[in-house]
Amino acid sequence: MAFNYDKYLRLEKMPTLWCWGCGDGVILKAFVRAIEKMGIDQNDVCVVSGIGCSGRFSSYVDFNTVHTTHGRTVAYATGIKLARPDKMVICVAGDGDALAIGGNHTIHGCRRNIDITMIIINNFIYGLTNSQTSPTTPQGMWTVSQKAGNIDPTFDTCDLAIASGASFVARETMLEPKKLEKILIKAMEHKGFSMMEVLSNCHINLGRKNKMVSAMENLEWIDSITASKKKYDAMTEDEQLNILPLGVLKQDLEVREYCDMYQDIKDVHQGKRGKITQDDFVKKI
Amino acid sequence: MATREVISTGNELAAIAAVDAGCMFFGGYPLTPSSEVMHVISDLLPAKGGTAIQMEDEIGGICAVIGAAMTGVRALTATSGPGMSLKAEQLGLAQMAEVPLVCVNVMRGGPSTGLPTRVSQGDILQSKNPSHGDYKSITLCAGSLAECYTEVVRAFNIADRFMQPVIVLLDETIGHMHGKADLPTLEEVEAGIVPRKRFDGKPEDYFPYDCEHDEPAVLNPMYEGYRYHFTGLHHDKNGFPTEEIETCRKLIQRLEDKVALHEDEVESYEEFMMDDAEVMIVAYGSVSLAAKESIRHLRADGIKAGLFRPITIWPSPAAKIKEYTDKIKNVIVVELNIGQFHSEVQRAAARLDIEGLFKVNGRPLSPHEIVSKVKEVF
Repeated sequence: MAFNYDKYLRLEKMPTLWCWGCGDGVILKAFVRAIEKMGIDQNDVCVVSGIGCSGRFSSYVDFNTVHTTHGRTVAYATGIKLARPDKMVICVAGDGDALAIGGNHTIHGCRRNIDITMIIINNFIYGLTNSQTSPTTPQGMWTVSQKAGNIDPTFDTCDLAIASGASFVARETMLEPKKLEKILIKAMEHKGFSMMEVLSNCHINLGRKNKMVSAMENLEWIDSITASKKKYDAMTEDEQLNILPLGVLKQDLEVREYCDMYQDIKDVHQGKRGKITQDDFVKKI
Repeated sequence: MATREVISTGNELAAIAAVDAGCMFFGGYPLTPSSEVMHVISDLLPAKGGTAIQMEDEIGGICAVIGAAMTGVRALTATSGPGMSLKAEQLGLAQMAEVPLVCVNVMRGGPSTGLPTRVSQGDILQSKNPSHGDYKSITLCAGSLAECYTEVVRAFNIADRFMQPVIVLLDETIGHMHGKADLPTLEEVEAGIVPRKRFDGKPEDYFPYDCEHDEPAVLNPMYEGYRYHFTGLHHDKNGFPTEEIETCRKLIQRLEDKVALHEDEVESYEEFMMDDAEVMIVAYGSVSLAAKESIRHLRADGIKAGLFRPITIWPSPAAKIKEYTDKIKNVIVVELNIGQFHSEVQRAAARLDIEGLFKVNGRPLSPHEIVSKVKEVF
């Protein structure tokens, strides 16, 4: 039986403002299916988005939804989660949103390992504002702010999240929605900060000026720059240079989640335990 | 009226007041001279089951506060001028989405890094319009240690009534002043708490932003079965983005009118020896303490001076100012900036001959300086 999305969508907001062929809708549907499979009540989920094409994600799905300012999703979500640690908080952000203007919040969300799932839809460009360079735009590509060719080095979202302390880090593309759905479930079920990078197309604002005029061509390019982690690990360093590995890249089940740790602070102040000392931590520096 | 006597600092009293007013969340970032608010509340909140978090920056601090407030809790942030500048965009979102919160700004010398450990009142105009766009700020200003407590309590009640951020201005002198204060009892504070309005009908009948032209949104706490949308964009009755012409106009006009047509509910000022005053001194914050002392000296010298002290700075008590300036010729505004409230007094008075005593070197104004100036100009 075909999956019925109606329950989770704000149908009166359709059609979306996303361009024809945009990957954002595929990601939205995978997210909705993942929530349904997890059996979570819509009232118990909050979706926080930022600014950009991905920013509109929150207004199309029927949950508690927050459309914040540019780059601040994780900071808003941190307040929501700390006030209601018993509920689910999902951030949806774009590459410019999460890695440029909001980079600091992204890094520190990872560091705290607070139980938020952050979906970064990486289309390698500022789409909504017409083709400016983003922190993931490959060097040498054309952007409207660097018409001579982009010289800015790129961020690797997942490397950044791993280095910053996120306890779950994964990357997928919108090319395989079923896989994406499964990995989203893993990300949301993981207790701690889950970084879920999803590579997507923007044939309109990245593709047209970079020899990928159709969605298909843009997606073929994404396919050509990705490989499963297993395949990636078998590659030589030279081969790895221009490949982004897909799948779960890190899952640490040992590291403590932030709201849980904050409970220790409450317990100290409520006389339920002694002060927190360095002896409470394995890693001391 | 029963009171309780405490010995404390302004910053500490602001933190205690927040907790007594039912605040359960604090998000902030260290910033001199406001940091003690965070130092104190980070002990008080977890003790009563709340949360205080030091975020990665000033922006993160207020974002977390707005997020927490969306779940229905009372939430506080505290900062100083540079932090206000950084928080400005998020204050705009809280105005637009109508999320109540309290933001304490302990003023220091500016602009930019300015004089971090020195007193100033340079953020008066900033507190009127911290963010871009049209909205009506509510700004309170503590003029004594006790008011560091009572104005923070009042700010929380006003925030929930008008569903918007309320700024409480302290200045470095008041924030770091250490002394005795008579506070209302906890019972009295708790009895005065007016919780946010909420909608109790069926979720399908709930339209959070569908309200009268002069009333705030009714925002139920998140996660309670009423799923709606917060956004900084112009939005419709359900909170969803719209560019529909009349809906946009009505929304922005309502953000103005919900405060403008109910200014009496937030107006607050003190009149000190104004009954027979022939010289009116306008001062607020720590400067008002020096002004009161100067008035005693002036009166001893036969000059009938009085103090008018706005406690609610924005919206300003313009009608009351005009009432006084219509009958008193000699009016002087004394402040630690170059005439930020002076311009408001001139506007309210519709007079251009209002005198001013301004000081911007990071040092407090002494009673002697005020006495000399009054004797010089009048």
